[in-house]
Amino acid sequence: MAYTQNDFKKGQPRWCPGCGDHFFLASLHKAMAEIGIDPWNTAVISGIGCSSRLPHYMATYGMNTIHGRAAAIATGAKVANPDLTVWQVSGDGDGLAIGGNHFIHANRRNINLNMILLNNRIYGLTKGQYSPTSPRGFVSKSSPYGTVEDPFRPAELCFGARGHFFARAVATDAPGTVEILKAAYNHKGAAVCEILQNCVIFNNGTHDAVYSKEGRAQNAIYLKHGEKMLFGENNEYGIVQEGFGVKAVKLGEDGYTEADVLVHDAKCEDNTLQLKLAEMEWPVALGVIRDVDAPTYDDSVTAQIEEVKAAKKYHNFAELLETNDIWEVK
Amino acid sequence: MAETLEVKELAEVAVRFSGDSGDGMQLAGNIFSTVSATVGNSISTFPDYPADIRAPQGSLTGVSGFQVHIGADMVYTPGDKCDVLVAMNAAALKTQYKYAKPGAAIIIDTDSFGPADLKKAAFQTEDYLGEMGIDPDRVIACPITQMVKDCLADSGMDVKAMLKCRNMFALGLVCWLFDRDLDIAFNFLREKFAKKAGVAEANIKVIQAGYDYGHNTHSSVANVYRIETKNKVPGRYMDITGNKATAYGFIAAAEKAGLKLYLGSYPITPATDVLHELSKHKSLGVTTVQCEDEIAGCASSVGASFAGALAVTSTSGPGICLKSEAMNLAVIMELPLVVLDVQRGGPATGLPTKSEQTDLLQALYGRNGESPMPVIAALSPTDCFYAAFDAAKMALEHMTPVVLLTDAYIANGSAAFKLPDLGKMDAIQPPYVPEEMKGSWTPYMRAENGTRYWAVPGRQGFEHILGGLEKDDKTGAISTAPENHDLMTRKRQAKIDNIEVPDLEVIGDKDDADLLIVGFGSTYGHLHAAMDEMRAAGKKVAMAQFRYLNPLPKNTADVLKKYKKVVVAEQNMGQLAGYLRMKVDNFVPAQFNQVKGQPFVVAELVEAFNALINK
Repeated sequence: MAYTQNDFKKGQPRWCPGCGDHFFLASLHKAMAEIGIDPWNTAVISGIGCSSRLPHYMATYGMNTIHGRAAAIATGAKVANPDLTVWQVSGDGDGLAIGGNHFIHANRRNINLNMILLNNRIYGLTKGQYSPTSPRGFVSKSSPYGTVEDPFRPAELCFGARGHFFARAVATDAPGTVEILKAAYNHKGAAVCEILQNCVIFNNGTHDAVYSKEGRAQNAIYLKHGEKMLFGENNEYGIVQEGFGVKAVKLGEDGYTEADVLVHDAKCEDNTLQLKLAEMEWPVALGVIRDVDAPTYDDSVTAQIEEVKAAKKYHNFAELLETNDIWEVK
Repeated sequence: MAETLEVKELAEVAVRFSGDSGDGMQLAGNIFSTVSATVGNSISTFPDYPADIRAPQGSLTGVSGFQVHIGADMVYTPGDKCDVLVAMNAAALKTQYKYAKPGAAIIIDTDSFGPADLKKAAFQTEDYLGEMGIDPDRVIACPITQMVKDCLADSGMDVKAMLKCRNMFALGLVCWLFDRDLDIAFNFLREKFAKKAGVAEANIKVIQAGYDYGHNTHSSVANVYRIETKNKVPGRYMDITGNKATAYGFIAAAEKAGLKLYLGSYPITPATDVLHELSKHKSLGVTTVQCEDEIAGCASSVGASFAGALAVTSTSGPGICLKSEAMNLAVIMELPLVVLDVQRGGPATGLPTKSEQTDLLQALYGRNGESPMPVIAALSPTDCFYAAFDAAKMALEHMTPVVLLTDAYIANGSAAFKLPDLGKMDAIQPPYVPEEMKGSWTPYMRAENGTRYWAVPGRQGFEHILGGLEKDDKTGAISTAPENHDLMTRKRQAKIDNIEVPDLEVIGDKDDADLLIVGFGSTYGHLHAAMDEMRAAGKKVAMAQFRYLNPLPKNTADVLKKYKKVVVAEQNMGQLAGYLRMKVDNFVPAQFNQVKGQPFVVAELVEAFNALINK
């Protein structure tokens, strides 16, 4: 069936004007329409936080649950009902602080979930405390003298948990966002999409370098599987390997030519270079960074049930009783 | 050695098999209880595991026990103390003798009472019987190890394999002592080891040798015993533990409701066997997810429930604390969920392998906000099956999480379970939203009994959002309106209050009792046994055992106010007593509270209750 964005829209979002969540929501509606899955076979499950309000603005099935548990709740929904397409939506606090354990285990198990991480590096709903993605030294209401801890890098956490899909987009970049959401849907297994998103009230400007189209032209690289990693307004820069790492170079300088530029391989099982790409500070890597096939938990559960059904002779409760040592009192 | 042999009739007898954790005491006990059950005796069993994972062989901390209580008439408990103690080594005798009645017969393997064994068991001298004050005339001292080796000398088995059969020699002796038909034991072993005929035959040979040893020597006891059967209930039976019965109850409920069974869980003693049992039955479509933590166990179950499964989460002890947040999510989203709490000793990690009833108030009230939730407490190992079924039915039909309380005692204890006929059990009918409501339906519309309708994802036209935030009664949208929150709070409460539960049943001298004994859940057996003993001694006593804790049966106040004296006996500091006092005006019961991690002792109950009557 052919859908439009409007088929997935519901209600009037109540985020602050200018909040990155508005942009992301519009891209999600668009991506779902393009994917074409029925709204009634789709569930959007969030935790708590500004971004976790999102399911209220979806015409699908949804749950806006409790803080941090979205990935666990989504896991149960998907495993119990594999026919559902499940989108799990969390912010950086919901997904990586209170929900960090569920985030890593959903990745490790490879549940077929589309896991959206809206990263604004701040707690907005509780009005301005630092989050697990805020940089060291970050000044906030709960860190007036600056934080004394290092942040999580979401890709590193995802890869550390053996995640098979990681993509990144900027909330204001609709085409880039729609593209990775569709790629996440098409990936079978846990698919993490980090959305760089601005909080206009409590952390304005946190992603400034890439938030505008012009900024992205200078400071971001769009990765495409199988293509050379070139970037810059005129593709004058490229990513090359140096030692155990990667670095950005200007072609024609220091003897670098296009031949030295690496070809992006999102399908590579070994995530070493993908991690290097994900962690680059300049340029910021956007697009699908890793997309590797692996057996999903929910498929494996279903397959195992079918296997055991075929192997065992009991298939209902009455037959189960008969598998025991039974005696008869006459 | 006694000179004559006399056959004595007994109404009931308790046998305790004890030895090293690896000595197979549970198997011996199981076979003995099955043999007895087959002839129609009533049975109740209880295993006593050591807390250590695998203590050194022959050490005091490594002893495990398995007590079997059989009776001509109903037995309700595994028995306070045993009439026969089997001690397979010195450590077992040392630690288990305290469970033997005065004058109990003691069966020991003298081959396991050498100097090293005695040292490991902390005996000071070689006169271990004297040291413990045991009358040698009560002891069947038998070189079991040697006799098993001799018996299996031609079997081609290695010594290690032979020694695994020692438990069967002891079993044979016990079967002789109680005049049991060995054929039943043989059949049991042939079925159990159907794929290992050699093992079955070796075990059978050793049982026979043990039996013959008893028969030929009369050993050193003066009697053999016979337990006849009264009140046979014909039918087909199996032995079942409470945890297994609980798992079966969930399976039965899912099948009856036509739903997939989903268990989200995290291993925790003593609830883990439910996870083990359900994980086995994939051929029935049961889905179990061993989650990353207790929180995810419950949270994933809430997700599974939303997606249309019969969702269950199982736990114990600190696990129930961790689940309370997600349980509350199911309260406000009004989704069906069964939360199984196999209670153990607390607080914190407490006594992981021991039993208490200390989670009652937590089950009733241990969540933030006004959070009404039905609570059902199973009465016995076999009642776990029906309680699990009832909890699932209540959850599904009333769209609510339900707490099912069992505890380590009934979870690990077992009894004869008459095979249920699922066809004859109540139907389970969840309130699915009727198709004709499409277009006008909102998530918190309620049926006449106050229950929200269930719209499972996949149904076109019923897309909706639920959540942890308060919702508007009519539109289902987020609402912080004061009047609406008050209204929704009352509606959630009324929904639970209106659930119909059976009346509280009074048994015993219901019209003229001088004392009403009140308890809940798993103490049913011990309280019943105490009442029986008191009534046999001429006292006027009745009892009422709560199975439904929330909502309480409608006749609760009538029952509690009818009797001059009421004692609430529970394995906590008075949680039920306090709860009932809150619910019933001017109700001031006497209390009997014990928090030892062990089941009640009937003799202690009788003494305390008699003192109350005489006061």
